[in-house]
Amino acid sequence: MSTRLSKGGRLIDRTKPLNFSFNGRRMAGFSGDTLASALLGQDQMLMGRSFKYHRPRGVVASGAEEPNALVGLGLGARFEPNQRVTTTELFDGASAATQNHWPSLDFDVGAINNSFARFLPAGFYYKTFMFPRFAWKHVFEPIIRQSAGLGKVPQERDADRYEYAYAFADLVVVGGGIAGLQAALQAGRDGKRVLLVEQTAHWGGRAPVDDVEIDGKPADEWVGKTIEALGKMENVTLRTRTMASGLYDHGYLLAYERIADHTPGDDRPRHRLWRIRAGHVVTATGAIERPLSFAGNDIPGVMLAGAVRDYLVNWAVSPGDRTVIVTNNDDAYRTALALHDAGLIVPAIIDARTSAKGALPEAARAKGIRVLEGRGIAKVKGTKRVTGVSVCTQAGEGAELEFIACDAVAMSGGWSPVVHLWSHCGGKLIWDTERAMFRPDGTKPPTGDDGKGMATAVGCANGALTTDEVLADVAKQLGGKAAKTNAVAESPIEPVWIMPQGAGPELKMKMWLDYQNDVKVSDVQLAAREGYQSVEHTKRYTTLGMATDQGKLSNINGLAILSDSLHQAIPATGTTTFRPPYTPISMGAIAGEARGEIFQPLRRTPIHEWHDANGAYWEPVGLWRRPYCYQRPGESVHDAVNREVKNTRAALGLLDASTLGKILVKGPDAGKFLDMLYTGVMSTLPIGKCRYGLMCSENGFLSDDGVVARLSEDTWLCHTTSGGADRIHGWMEDWLQCEWWDWKVYTANLTEEYAQVAVVGPNARKLLEKLGGMDVSKEAIPFMEWRDGTLGGFRARVFRISFSGELSYEVAVPASEGRAFWDALHTAGQEFGAMPYGTECLHVLRAEKGFIMIGDETDGTVIPQDLNLNWAISKKKADYLGKRAQERSHMASPDRWKLVGLESLDGSVLPEGAYVVADGVNSNGQRNVQGRVTSTYYSANLGKGIAMGLVKHGPDRMGEVLDLPGDGGKIFKARIVDQVFYDKEGAKQNV
Amino acid sequence: MLTLECPCCGVKADETELQAGGEAHLKRFGPGASDEEFDGYMFSRKNPKGVHFERWRHSYGCGKWFLAARCTATLEVFGTYPAQTSAPPADLIAKIKAKRPTWEGYQ
Repeated sequence: MSTRLSKGGRLIDRTKPLNFSFNGRRMAGFSGDTLASALLGQDQMLMGRSFKYHRPRGVVASGAEEPNALVGLGLGARFEPNQRVTTTELFDGASAATQNHWPSLDFDVGAINNSFARFLPAGFYYKTFMFPRFAWKHVFEPIIRQSAGLGKVPQERDADRYEYAYAFADLVVVGGGIAGLQAALQAGRDGKRVLLVEQTAHWGGRAPVDDVEIDGKPADEWVGKTIEALGKMENVTLRTRTMASGLYDHGYLLAYERIADHTPGDDRPRHRLWRIRAGHVVTATGAIERPLSFAGNDIPGVMLAGAVRDYLVNWAVSPGDRTVIVTNNDDAYRTALALHDAGLIVPAIIDARTSAKGALPEAARAKGIRVLEGRGIAKVKGTKRVTGVSVCTQAGEGAELEFIACDAVAMSGGWSPVVHLWSHCGGKLIWDTERAMFRPDGTKPPTGDDGKGMATAVGCANGALTTDEVLADVAKQLGGKAAKTNAVAESPIEPVWIMPQGAGPELKMKMWLDYQNDVKVSDVQLAAREGYQSVEHTKRYTTLGMATDQGKLSNINGLAILSDSLHQAIPATGTTTFRPPYTPISMGAIAGEARGEIFQPLRRTPIHEWHDANGAYWEPVGLWRRPYCYQRPGESVHDAVNREVKNTRAALGLLDASTLGKILVKGPDAGKFLDMLYTGVMSTLPIGKCRYGLMCSENGFLSDDGVVARLSEDTWLCHTTSGGADRIHGWMEDWLQCEWWDWKVYTANLTEEYAQVAVVGPNARKLLEKLGGMDVSKEAIPFMEWRDGTLGGFRARVFRISFSGELSYEVAVPASEGRAFWDALHTAGQEFGAMPYGTECLHVLRAEKGFIMIGDETDGTVIPQDLNLNWAISKKKADYLGKRAQERSHMASPDRWKLVGLESLDGSVLPEGAYVVADGVNSNGQRNVQGRVTSTYYSANLGKGIAMGLVKHGPDRMGEVLDLPGDGGKIFKARIVDQVFYDKEGAKQNV
Repeated sequence: MLTLECPCCGVKADETELQAGGEAHLKRFGPGASDEEFDGYMFSRKNPKGVHFERWRHSYGCGKWFLAARCTATLEVFGTYPAQTSAPPADLIAKIKAKRPTWEGYQ
């Protein structure tokens, strides 16, 4: 059994015990524990089930590469699935639950898949679920959905908060091991602004675990002194629990700080996402140990040799009384020595190399540990726990030479540098045959905006193996002098990808590569036999490296097996693409503060609060919120709209039109400029008058519309749609800055400078006259003219324009006076039946009059000619934006769909966006179409549905009845009619 | 995420402050142009793997459009310059030539 030793443990504080629960069971650990070490300390080796075969699994690693031991952590609003126990710091009251089993971790029905494993090989899904076709939807998909996904989805709203932070640094050092510390120290002394980040809560990396001495001092002491020195440098910032997640273009680095994962509920943000702009990045990210591929290498109790050492030294955890070491390199001997020194038994070191004669093997021999050379493990015995290993010759096929009883197996297949950050943005790798690893190619780093390298890999991340090499590498690349260490020479690794090398199919089916996704040596070999040559294809076919550890543990093993099967060298196979994030980051951190009320900025008109207090049913319009209608108590939205529609035509309606775009265009060439921008002529507009204008893209399509008023000799005010103001202002600037830069024109977006109220209805003039101050008579302000003056004491600019067909004034006042003016209109308007109306009423009123709306009648494929707006297009002008495009043959075609009114035969409201079908079917077997509905409403004034639509040859087909299929097979019948449904003569606005 | 120096305000702007505007130095063809000329202006865009000239706007800064010469493969920025020109400055072309001797040059 695994247990806590009575002595040691450099990271735990035995005076601070902590309680936690695991699958509802109360357990105890110490401050400084990870969840993994605390569980192991209580003999909880079984920590999860694999995804596909539901095999029992224990922890295999001690860090971010852990594939097996994933738990659901926390409760309720703090529950989060798939948390790695190895990177979860223990805190008092923690609650963890294992995943992917039913009914319990110990007894899992799903493990029956394990018995059928030989029938569930790589590509099983692709091969099985092809036929019969109907079965996918009705049989396979429901079953797969049931078994898909790992862990449970949180059900409550996240109780924590998250934030973004920003940082700039000359140098960011990633990794707080001795390489990173030395790099930061050197750069700090050089006066650079340095940021040093470390993903764990501790500095020093592996050196303190490995009994390293630097400058004659134990590593812990050297680390402590270095941190102290760095802490005194004002130009150096240190951050633990901060994982550099990805390196992107031009030195953009994302880092993920886990501030309060270990102190939940303490009111700090849980995670912080750092957006860092780095002048240069040093990746001192260390290396990750590889497993060996022998049968049963996934049985709980089989762990990485380095992890066994970590648990022993850092947390005083014994993996069991008897631990067999299996290795192809010298480093694993350190584990044997550490176990032996702790008083535990190492029955044997099984070394696949035919000769192990280096300093470390000799040290093991000197302590009386048996070293078996040229041997391998044929098979691990045990199911939920290792009971022993069967020893064979590595050169053979797996015949048992000897059985060794043991509780744990510590394996080492060598170390792979962590090259993720280096590779994210294009850094290249080389295969180092000598060291059996991919390591950064220093001549091909990721490059920045100056074309020079923006990252430097140092230490183990650059392929160094001993501490002397690590510190020498830092000194060589970053300057300074390398300190001396107590490193001993290590003899070379011998690559071992299958153990034993001649293993047959029975054994290879039990050699795990990807633990979480249950990908075995046999699966990769099968893929190769079936013709998969690209490593990227093999990955997707077998799911190798697609689990939450993203292949950190054994992707190298997998591609070595693939290379061997394809009879090619490992570099010819290459690696899969390294993509950010390095380890998973929370969705909360990605969202940051952008949730709830501050999800996005909200634009409010000066009258917003009044709307809110008076029953506004809000509608988003870009970043604005506009009242769709104003609901009275007991009133439905539909009823409210109908009331507003009727009242505005019968009495008086007030609309907050402040969101309307208002762009001032001024200068000697302003008229010439607007003549290019609009399809009509604006330069000839007399001062004091208004003109409706259309703007098109260079591609000829209608982009925006609005009323233009000429304010003075050289000044025009262009109204745009509410959603289009910023876009059109940008459009104007684009042409002025990039094409006609010699034209003397200035623009200013004044949208938010004014509050604007539409005063609409038969009583509109009466209300303004009651406020008094300026003459608003028909003679003083004729239709389509504007005047400056005062109304009820407010400075006002009054436009006599109408989007409703009623007598209508749009009154602009300074934004700061908007609310007071609105209040004054309401107070004075009561006797005239004044009511506010919302955007839906505005839509209905304009549709009754057959006026187009950008975004309804237009969708980016509609030209003004389609909407019968030829009257607003100048025939005389030589040029305007979009003119040349509108001359293209298909734009000028008489077969284009054109705007008409549509009226259902039974008075019902036509479905939005419905198509008008024609005879026959197209090449896809779909009904041919000859038009579509663009706007459709219930008109309370007319008591029936009204619509507009684009129909082929529409205006020539008045009176024709069309078919428009709706939902559920219903066919609507509609007649083509004039698009003006109400007051065709325009008598109501012309008073 | 790119950084580009705005030639108007001198700020080394982050991509989030900028708006991309596609290929630079297009020659506008209006009424009177042939279908081929208009089609080329409206739709045909260069898509090189290598040196490219682009329009950018410092939209969350000074609001000015500017032009940038950039390598689309390595993201190296050769230089930025004001938009009020119909061809890249000669010194910038010389600088790119020196860095990319096989570059066919600006047409």
